[in-house]
Amino acid sequence: MTTATMTAERTPAKLVSPAKLVKDSFAMAWRGVLKIRKNPEQLSDVTLMPILFLVMFGYIFGGAVQGSTEEYLQVFVPGLVVMITIMASMSAGISLNTDVSKGVFDRFRAMPIARSAPLVGAVVADFVRYVVGIGVLLGFAAILGFRITTDPLSTLAAVAIAIAFGLAFCWIAMFIGILVKSPGALAGIMMAIVMPFTFGSNVFVPTETMPDWLAAWSEISPVSLLADVMRGLLVDGGDITGPLLGSLAWMGALLAVFFPLTIRTYLRRLG
Amino acid sequence: MNNEIAIEASGLKKRFGETQALRGVDLTVPTGTILGVLGPNGAGKTTAVRILATLLRPDAGRAVIAGRDLHTDPVGVRGKIGLTGQYASVDEDLTGSENLRLLARLLEFSRAGAKARAAELLERFELSHAGGRAVKTYSGGMRRRLDLAASLIGRPEVLYLDEPTTGLDPHARNEVWQIVRGLVNDGVTVLLTTQYLEEADQLADRITVIDTGKVVADGRPDELKRRTGGQTLQVRPSTRADLEAVSRILTELTQQVPDRDDDTGLLTVPVSDPVLLSTVVRKLDDAGITADELALRLPSLDDVFLALTGHRTSQENDQNRQEALV
Repeated sequence: MTTATMTAERTPAKLVSPAKLVKDSFAMAWRGVLKIRKNPEQLSDVTLMPILFLVMFGYIFGGAVQGSTEEYLQVFVPGLVVMITIMASMSAGISLNTDVSKGVFDRFRAMPIARSAPLVGAVVADFVRYVVGIGVLLGFAAILGFRITTDPLSTLAAVAIAIAFGLAFCWIAMFIGILVKSPGALAGIMMAIVMPFTFGSNVFVPTETMPDWLAAWSEISPVSLLADVMRGLLVDGGDITGPLLGSLAWMGALLAVFFPLTIRTYLRRLG
Repeated sequence: MNNEIAIEASGLKKRFGETQALRGVDLTVPTGTILGVLGPNGAGKTTAVRILATLLRPDAGRAVIAGRDLHTDPVGVRGKIGLTGQYASVDEDLTGSENLRLLARLLEFSRAGAKARAAELLERFELSHAGGRAVKTYSGGMRRRLDLAASLIGRPEVLYLDEPTTGLDPHARNEVWQIVRGLVNDGVTVLLTTQYLEEADQLADRITVIDTGKVVADGRPDELKRRTGGQTLQVRPSTRADLEAVSRILTELTQQVPDRDDDTGLLTVPVSDPVLLSTVVRKLDDAGITADELALRLPSLDDVFLALTGHRTSQENDQNRQEALV
């Protein structure tokens, strides 16, 4: 059909400007933040998880891995920042899936706004979730005996880098959220992604005892790299150039692959 | 009203898997008028609206909306239209005011401008008292009014109303009708889909009847009614005793024996010539018979639908989920 092919090629011709994308995304982010404010229970995962993980792993693994819980916390908490960030990023996909199946986006899509703004806005609103998650984690860890031994600026940098990573990593969840049609299957798939990333890393245990293949993955895993960055910035103040570059490369790659993939699937799935 | 065309669509086709939802639909709506798209569930009404609102890409066909081409300038089209869907697409968790302000911000209102526009629309739709409440506390009618308000924020030239009164009680339905009439007075062009014949009859300047993805009829409501056949004359004499005499007069004039309803005392007979009415009045007068009811009626749109499609409109409200969700 000639008409169909012609239209398919011509449709993306006129787009809204990047400045409008930024403005629209912030308007949509306002929606997300409002929704969090109305339903604070949305934050239950990022408030409970850090506490649960700290208590569970800190006391279970602490003695075995590092000799004592206090020493383990110094190694474990920076890695847990990364893990919490990843887990918090998964919910973006779940709420996107709900919005899409309810047809909430129909009106937005019939408006002269950037088509990706509803998605980008939702991701930006999750900023709140990361801040809360990391805040609770560091606060509760401090009660248990964890000490940040560097300066406030480094701490701020660590939190900023972790959030940046969350904002990039969540596009995997967004992609799956838009791809999978049944909400029931989502949680399982998200877990299947989170587990290898988080446990196949140096967050919980040193990589030395792992089999070669797993250690190899763990070395280049974004979670390990980022955990090293966090340790450098929060605890030992060591050189982090290598892991930082590696982490940034991962963030860039994740964004480059999953952002366009998500937007394309979103536009195609909805019409 | 001028002669400009606000919506011009031709040859729209859309297939979902095995289902050919639209098989070449043409629609024309002059500026400042209401087109009623009438059809049963699954006829393709929602698909057509979604295409014209740039939410779906047609497999074939073209459309120009408020001077903007659907294919080459979808963003331009979106700047001219407002959409109110079958399912109210407002955010349940947010308040009415927040919903409107969000949309206004997206339409490049300033913060203060958005607030003012939201307040203005809440006032106009009698929702001011509920503007600060979460939408999930609203009644069905309030929600639909908010939905309408939401689609009007950008002062659209063309408004799509996809079954705007489905699921509303008669009172709320009347309110929506009033609003729609008011909008057209302001110069807005409305494309309204409905499965309620009465709604199309009440609101629409022209009606396009769609069935299984095709246009089966198109015209003014009275034209459509006329097309399906003549009119009927109904007479109810004041006293039952006159029934026989009136029946005789009608038979003589129309060459047909009228239907006689002994319960209501109503005589009904099809007529081809409307001028007959005055003759009937004169004859009754001459015979000294008074009548409580004397009327020339067009057939109902339900009759029209039966004549055009071979089946009645579905009265039961089994929502065709497939059409709505694709």
